Amino acid sequence: MYTQALNTQDSAPVAKSDPQADSRFQARVDAEEKIEPNDAMPEAYRRTLTRQIAQHAHSEIVGMLPEGNWITRAPSLKRKAALLAKVQDEGGHGAYLYAAAETLGTSREQMEEQLLSGAAKYSSIFNYPTLTWADIGIVGWLVDGAAIMNQIPLCRCSYGPYARAMVRVCKEESFHQRQGYEIMIALCKGTPAQKQMAQEALNRWWWPVLMMFGPPDKDSLHTESAMRWKIKRFTNDELRQKFVDATVPQGHFLGLTFPDPALKFDTTTQHWNYGEIDWAEFKRVVAGDGPCNRQRMKQMRAKHTDNAWVREAANAYANKRRQRAAAMPIAAE
Amino acid sequence: MTDTPLLQYTLRLADTALVLGHRLSEWVGHSPVIEEDLAFGNMGLDLIGQARSLYSYAGEIEGKGRDEDALAYLRDAPEYRNILLVEQPNGDFAATMVRQLLYAAFAHPYFEALARSKDATLAAIAAKAVKEMAYHLRHSAEWSIRLGDGTEESHQRTQASLDELWPYTAETFETDQVERALIEAGVAIDPASLRATWDKTLDHVLSEATLERPHDGYMQSGGRIGHHSEHLGHILSELQFLQRAYPGATW
Repeated sequence: MYTQALNTQDSAPVAKSDPQADSRFQARVDAEEKIEPNDAMPEAYRRTLTRQIAQHAHSEIVGMLPEGNWITRAPSLKRKAALLAKVQDEGGHGAYLYAAAETLGTSREQMEEQLLSGAAKYSSIFNYPTLTWADIGIVGWLVDGAAIMNQIPLCRCSYGPYARAMVRVCKEESFHQRQGYEIMIALCKGTPAQKQMAQEALNRWWWPVLMMFGPPDKDSLHTESAMRWKIKRFTNDELRQKFVDATVPQGHFLGLTFPDPALKFDTTTQHWNYGEIDWAEFKRVVAGDGPCNRQRMKQMRAKHTDNAWVREAANAYANKRRQRAAAMPIAAE
Repeated sequence: MTDTPLLQYTLRLADTALVLGHRLSEWVGHSPVIEEDLAFGNMGLDLIGQARSLYSYAGEIEGKGRDEDALAYLRDAPEYRNILLVEQPNGDFAATMVRQLLYAAFAHPYFEALARSKDATLAAIAAKAVKEMAYHLRHSAEWSIRLGDGTEESHQRTQASLDELWPYTAETFETDQVERALIEAGVAIDPASLRATWDKTLDHVLSEATLERPHDGYMQSGGRIGHHSEHLGHILSELQFLQRAYPGATW
């Protein structure tokens, strides 16, 4: 899952850059060369990427909570196994992305610390609750669908480890998206109560999903440098439009109505026009006042604190083993 | 009870796998480290997979058109036939790992033996499960050792879990009339024949973990005839919620 990665501004001072080195770097990026962990790179590039990849990793991990919310209540054994496997995949993406971010010099522990202290963000979409089983369908179909729109271009990101991570993540996400859509098909072909469940889930999630692409281009702070560095290939609005164009016919196929009276196909541009997004809501949720922000952070902190003794035990045991191994040759003498 | 012994036996295996798989799935997203979320996911999927194969077979044996979901979602607690050990709450990470160790140390040799069953379907399901249970045993044994021989706190927690779960360990080795005929026919496995293997595995792990093997006091039993602890009803109320709230719907 992707996040409005570049919405928070980095206010920390950046070390003075070397213009010659910077232009050598830019030339490599322009030539579509991949930047690798030991290569020279501007400090701002390193920071931007670290923040983006870490935020992406955090989103995968926090995203396990709203979906995990339904593992124990999935309506059939097949769905239960599929959801369990899906949430497990998200955990795998998180681990994989933390490893990619670590190549830029920040440890997973530091990144986790930043998440728990609230210094780092995760995708705001996970601050919305999963209230019915249909939400699990919607999260797969729309949230993962939006994530794929965002992530496909990231497979060509200038930073090698991130780009490679994205190739693998995208494959799994597109499987999740199909799975989610299949849940929606089952609901929409089901009883009137199931269809209603599907419609209500779409009503709740549609606008927040559109917000996943981040603020409109005119208000986006980081787009320009991120585009120049080929971290980003398309603007927020371009990706949002692509998503709407791809998704609306899928929703109509399901027989669902989008909660946007302004949604209309423009025969001249061949795009779906959509109504005004409530950016005040977006800002409010990013700032911490979404329906589940406090709950998610509480859950994340609780699992960290409640299980601290497990990590301590694992470290203590590893130390004992090292000491015993070190003592062995002496004992043998 | 008019079910045939083979049906009852298959349901016992299926219910045990499902209930433990469900318990492990409760951890996903809440584990001490991401790697354990992944491990719980793996183990949960193994067990739910075993349950699905066993339920499908049970449905065939029964011949009344009940599929895996009808059997898992539409039977109430007294009809469930799992052993009591697996329905015990997750508790802390130590309790979950000890429960897994106690079960896997039994299930691994059990499925190894069942893979030679004269019932070809059970043999095939067991042959797959034995590989999975080898991993469950290794993983839970490693963690039990790490926690037992870790810090004072982790040692105490692990010992306490072991003491608490110990009364549920004898049920696994019991046989009743249902199974006796199947054992004689070479279909089911006599669990008592695996007791020595289980003891040996446990003693080895507990000694490495610096944990004390609890004394065999009164042992709890009854899951396999539908006499459960209070916990199972709560598991089923979650597991079966949608099927019960929307009867007849297809998901």
